Amino acid sequence: MFLSNRNAKALHHSHFHKPQGKEAGGAPAMERQRSGTREIQVVRRVLDANDIMADRNRQRFQAEQVFVLNMMSSPGSGKTTTLQKTLARLMPEIRCAVIVGDICTTNDADRLAASGAPVVQINTDEFGGDCHLAAHVIEKALGGLDLSAIDLLIVENIGNLVCPAEFDIGEDARVVVLSVTEGEDKPAKYPLMFRECDVALLNKIDLLPYLDFDRQLAIDTLGEIHPHMPIFEISAKTEAGFEPWLAWIRDAVRAKLPA
Amino acid sequence: MHEMGIALEIIDIATASIPADLAGSKVARVNLAVGQLSAIVPDSLQFCFSIVSKDTALEGAELVIDTRPVVAVCKACGHRWTVGKPVFTCPVCEGSDLTLESGRELDITSIEIAEEA
Repeated sequence: MFLSNRNAKALHHSHFHKPQGKEAGGAPAMERQRSGTREIQVVRRVLDANDIMADRNRQRFQAEQVFVLNMMSSPGSGKTTTLQKTLARLMPEIRCAVIVGDICTTNDADRLAASGAPVVQINTDEFGGDCHLAAHVIEKALGGLDLSAIDLLIVENIGNLVCPAEFDIGEDARVVVLSVTEGEDKPAKYPLMFRECDVALLNKIDLLPYLDFDRQLAIDTLGEIHPHMPIFEISAKTEAGFEPWLAWIRDAVRAKLPA
Repeated sequence: MHEMGIALEIIDIATASIPADLAGSKVARVNLAVGQLSAIVPDSLQFCFSIVSKDTALEGAELVIDTRPVVAVCKACGHRWTVGKPVFTCPVCEGSDLTLESGRELDITSIEIAEEA
């Protein structure tokens, strides 16, 4: 159930990539003559290189039986606080580690390290200030982690509702955090992100009494874009609503452990 | 926002796709399929492509972007429709288990190489 989106993408990927193989320099499948130019059929996903690396990461996570959750949202939605509180409640029952991506600063890693979980900070300015974490960046970050010693790896992606949705990193599931201070129209404005995620957290619900946020409209829109996606309404500050969210993670992690 | 990286990937794939017997030829056109659900801004991609193609076999090449609509097929009743607004529920049976036939493309479909005059 959690993997519905990843499987759909895998199908898409194999359809476009596998028949071509890695025949970069090989003979093209078909050629067609046009006046003045010769057309060469290519049919390759532009993100092929990323998808191949993501599949390698995925095989590694499978071999080590680590459940990988890719956490995405706009900046300031409360990802890091949500993660701090989530780690505190899951550990030590579940052995966790975190990869956190930011363009600059190690502020988030410093906050998360207090949980006792191993934390690897990625600053994408080394990689050209990228707006997302790509599969090869995750692969590099894995060098700093002992996968055999963990059950759950959470990747806190760069705060951005556009680009991270396009890049597979080899994760099992994606969670999007939407905070009530952002406005209820965010899902409609960024449908790809909300379509590609497997679970949504509606955060900062402790602020609802002070805002004009139309909670029902937000939930209805999420349901239109991604019917039946679990939505957990939480406050990372007060930990209200955390139990169903934690239960979802525990179930997902257990499902990947050996029987 | 990541159009620069996409433009660089396009140049890598297109360059690698030039057949050996045409090595050294200029690419006149790159045909790209971009689904409406992909996170790409065509104008921005065109701009990045024009910059990063300098001094490559793709310098001056035209980037033709074929925008593909979001087309869904309901797994329950087989209804096939073009998704106009972001509502992913079958209008016939209200099923939500769908296959996206198109809309997520970011594919190079072909390159066109200029013939020697």
